[in-house]
Amino acid sequence: MKYLYALMLVLLTCGGVAAKDAVQLADDPVVEQRLIAISEEMRCLVCQNESLAGSRADLANDLRRELRALIKQGKTDEEIKEFMVSRYGDFVLYRPPVKPTTWILWAGPFGLMAVGVAALFVYLRRRNAAIVSSGLTDEERKRADALLQEGEK
Amino acid sequence: MNAKTLIPLALFSVLVGFLAVGLRLDPHEVPSPLVNKPAPAFKVAQLEQADAQFSPEDLKGKVWLFNVWASWCVACRQEHPVLMEFARAQVAPLIGLDYKDQRKDAMGVLKRAGNPYDITAFDADGRVGIDYGVYGVPESYVIDKAGVIRYKHIGPITMEALQKTIIPLINELKKS
Repeated sequence: MKYLYALMLVLLTCGGVAAKDAVQLADDPVVEQRLIAISEEMRCLVCQNESLAGSRADLANDLRRELRALIKQGKTDEEIKEFMVSRYGDFVLYRPPVKPTTWILWAGPFGLMAVGVAALFVYLRRRNAAIVSSGLTDEERKRADALLQEGEK
Repeated sequence: MNAKTLIPLALFSVLVGFLAVGLRLDPHEVPSPLVNKPAPAFKVAQLEQADAQFSPEDLKGKVWLFNVWASWCVACRQEHPVLMEFARAQVAPLIGLDYKDQRKDAMGVLKRAGNPYDITAFDADGRVGIDYGVYGVPESYVIDKAGVIRYKHIGPITMEALQKTIIPLINELKKS
């Protein structure tokens, strides 16, 4: 029930806005350029797989309006990022920052690769060792030579 | 059976374990960075008396529940009876924030279904909502005596959440 309900909520919030009028753009193309650059790096929290630049959700419209105002006030990218993170958390950033809580996220894949490479290395060494030890004994070698000579005749 | 043949099975079980946990998580529940931070200040008009204003400052020294809702929000209708129950229990003041709404619609809802709020603040353009990190109405905040947000509930409050989490937390905060 809860999931059905969540799905309905998503459909409502994402679908309902399609009927609205086109959103007005800022008069200043420089502001708009910066807005797009910044908001492409941010997640829309309503439709989570869309960036803030591309989302047509109501909240995304409002947030773009806020960001536009911040840009016009001459805030730096860093300050604008901070504005978003202080409200919605690191989750709004598509590139999560490196800090203790995200170490696993950043180092995890490399850790897994190191484990994989180590496992491969051990496996190959063991296999090499196994091949050497499976050589013929002296007895077997004599028999093999005898068979080969017989075959040549 | 060789121990080695069990390795794929073990890996598979781990994978299934991750999947089972992952399926139970709700991706719409994003932990709020505002918890344990001072509630953002604002001053907006009230819903029912447009000439009166509301600011969180007014409730300094009290523990209160701040509920963001709207007349267009379907989930809020589901939550409404729970809030009515909360109001009946008289545990703490319940302040509403009518988010991006029309006055007429919101007042119609409160008239029809009952009004659980002591005061409803009116956030016509959603600016207050943005300061509170609202991304899916309804959302609720427990704010303590010092004006610090102590808990955020995303989505409609269920009877269970109210009885097991929110009311005990409020009672705890009232003691301090």
